[in-house]
Amino acid sequence: MGACRLCLVEVAGIPKLLPACTTKVREGMEVQTNSERLRKYRRMTLELLFAERNHVCAVCVANGHCELQTLAYSQGMDHVRYDYRFPKWEVDDTHPLFGMDHNRCILCSRCVRVCWHIEGAGTKNVSGRGAKARIISDLNQPWGTSDTCTKCGKCVMSCPTGALFNKGSTVGEMERDRGKLEFIVTAREKKQWIAE
Amino acid sequence: MVIDDLIEIAEKERAARKKHVVRCCMAAGCMSSDSKGVKEALEKAVKDAGLEDQVEVRGVGCMKLCCQGPLVQVDTNEPGATVEITTGNQGPLYQRVTPADAASVIGTLKGGKTTVQCGDPKDPFFTEQFSIVLANSGIVDPERIESYIAAEGYQALHHVLREMTPKDVVDEMIKCGLRGRGGAGYPTGLKWATVAKTPSLQKYVICNADEGDPGAFMDRSVLESDPHSVLEGMAIAAYAVGATQGFVYVRAEYPLAISRLQTAIKQAKQQGLLGSGIFESPFNFNIDLRIGAGAFVCGEETALMASVEGKRGAPRPRPPFPAESGLWACPTLINNVETFANVAPIVRKGADWFAGIGTEKSKGTKVFALAGKITNTGLIEVPMGTSLRKIVEVMGGGAPDGGRIKAVQTGGPSGGCIPADALDTPVDYDSLMKLGSIMGSGGMIVMDETTRMVDVARFFMEFCMDESCGKCIPCRAGTVQMHGMLTKILARQATVRDLQKLEELCEMVRSTSLCGLGQTAPNPVMSTLRFFRQEYTDLLKKDLYGGPNGNGNGEPKPAPTA
Repeated sequence: MGACRLCLVEVAGIPKLLPACTTKVREGMEVQTNSERLRKYRRMTLELLFAERNHVCAVCVANGHCELQTLAYSQGMDHVRYDYRFPKWEVDDTHPLFGMDHNRCILCSRCVRVCWHIEGAGTKNVSGRGAKARIISDLNQPWGTSDTCTKCGKCVMSCPTGALFNKGSTVGEMERDRGKLEFIVTAREKKQWIAE
Repeated sequence: MVIDDLIEIAEKERAARKKHVVRCCMAAGCMSSDSKGVKEALEKAVKDAGLEDQVEVRGVGCMKLCCQGPLVQVDTNEPGATVEITTGNQGPLYQRVTPADAASVIGTLKGGKTTVQCGDPKDPFFTEQFSIVLANSGIVDPERIESYIAAEGYQALHHVLREMTPKDVVDEMIKCGLRGRGGAGYPTGLKWATVAKTPSLQKYVICNADEGDPGAFMDRSVLESDPHSVLEGMAIAAYAVGATQGFVYVRAEYPLAISRLQTAIKQAKQQGLLGSGIFESPFNFNIDLRIGAGAFVCGEETALMASVEGKRGAPRPRPPFPAESGLWACPTLINNVETFANVAPIVRKGADWFAGIGTEKSKGTKVFALAGKITNTGLIEVPMGTSLRKIVEVMGGGAPDGGRIKAVQTGGPSGGCIPADALDTPVDYDSLMKLGSIMGSGGMIVMDETTRMVDVARFFMEFCMDESCGKCIPCRAGTVQMHGMLTKILARQATVRDLQKLEELCEMVRSTSLCGLGQTAPNPVMSTLRFFRQEYTDLLKKDLYGGPNGNGNGEPKPAPTA
């Protein structure tokens, strides 16, 4: 992916910043992961994310269990210098088990990838471009009316913020079980499916 | 098809030449002002005058001086000449021709007079041009392969297939010093060599015709005027790198270019110049069209390949570069339209000939689309290293109505503005880069004194904001914020702090974005800030720390009345 640009690192001899997540490690590579410049860019990227949609931790289901929030804490981002855009995004509450709040989405597309590559259902997708991009279900229809959704919940498990949530959870209750997702992906290789 | 067949077609075409050729521009610019009607009227006028055996009315591609269209030129052929039209036998160039003018234009061939506006083919706009890519543009009929073959077409492909090894071709491309005409200027030979030496059972060649810069129309004109030169270039490239399948990725906004390409591909296949066993060699090559759906970002090579594969047009991080892992993870050669159009002439005339044109580091010529506040709007092709002043003032005729040129914008939304006092800069990749702009694909927008540079910066930022794919955060959210700050500056609501924030954000978006679109999106802002900073600071609120003490027009709040 290499899309969020938060893991950019400086590699000696290469003028460009490279994303750590997609760059292959080489023998003798000299990597700076935490320089003044990188810390500044990371903070700015986070500020841009917070200003882009309506990330209000105090009323969010993921408060306290949110990757975006944790990253902002760790980077010392205590305020946002950019103008908040306050876009009006809808909440899709049509699914019997899960909800999707576009206001909290950071378009990381984890839900899309997990839906296509792990579950293989292909329900989730990205539509539109730029600031108007958003996650859709099937042919841009309410999630509840989707024929392809298997209700597996992997998208909810993978969501880093409070954009996807279990119905019935309230502020701060949305804890995610990442271990389950990892188990699904690696269990076959590790022969964990077979009961002892 | 063997070489004798090719020569026979060319001879037949030459023998069929009539005494006079009336060339009528049938490219999109002139078509939009009814050149189709003009051509029909000219054909009727020839018939009415009984000159059918002496006069040929030919629909041709772009005749370059687009602002004066529809253009019609009347030439007299010298019997037996191999080259059809040279500067020596070019007749009068009629401008802004209407169907009603047709009879009087044809009448001049019988000694009549016409009142139609007539341009001078000896104008510097034409005489200062050096045509390689546009050599056939405005001369051959783009809808007839025979016309291209008569202009030495497909001879380079024959030469390559029958007399050169793939390695020879790659070496020739390295030697000629051609650099990619899409904008970045990567050496074409090196790219070909990388694809050639990557082992794979399947390789692809892609022609990038997703020209999206505002004000740029070079690629469109090449495809509309001389589609076969691009196909021939692609076939030579495919032989050099070992590919068997090619794609031309054209944007859907170019319907005429698409239809001409379809015609050209069909005709080339019929003649056996594309397909299996070309020129009775073991070389097979097919070309298919892929139509873009209107996203600017699909001009970026990795996004383009995703789009060809039928996926969402979003870029991916490089490496791996397309030369190693491109379309469907196969090695893929991807070049711009103009780069491919250069290939056949290089093979025909030799790498040394090409390397002798241009500057030390930028070889050959470059096509520019002149647009904006300039007298002669249209297409020009000049050797690299020609000064901007010569292009804009001598060939372009300067700003209309005695206006003064303020700046020249090159490279579209990825480029920058070059101020009037730097007009003596030679146009090549490195000199433009030093000025904070880029060569880009060749759009050149001239601005006069009435243009506000902050407006220009905001226009391009709005373009980038709308065209960002939304994958990476700096580009998706950063362009929105930069656009907001520029709007704030234009509304005279911004302070010095906002300007600092804008500069900081420009630097950050440039360094951290995923693809070229984001990395270059701040260029118009940065270059206007570099050369026209005063225009920004004039719009700032005088109060350093802002606050609600103005009326939005930069005027202080009126003193409270008692």
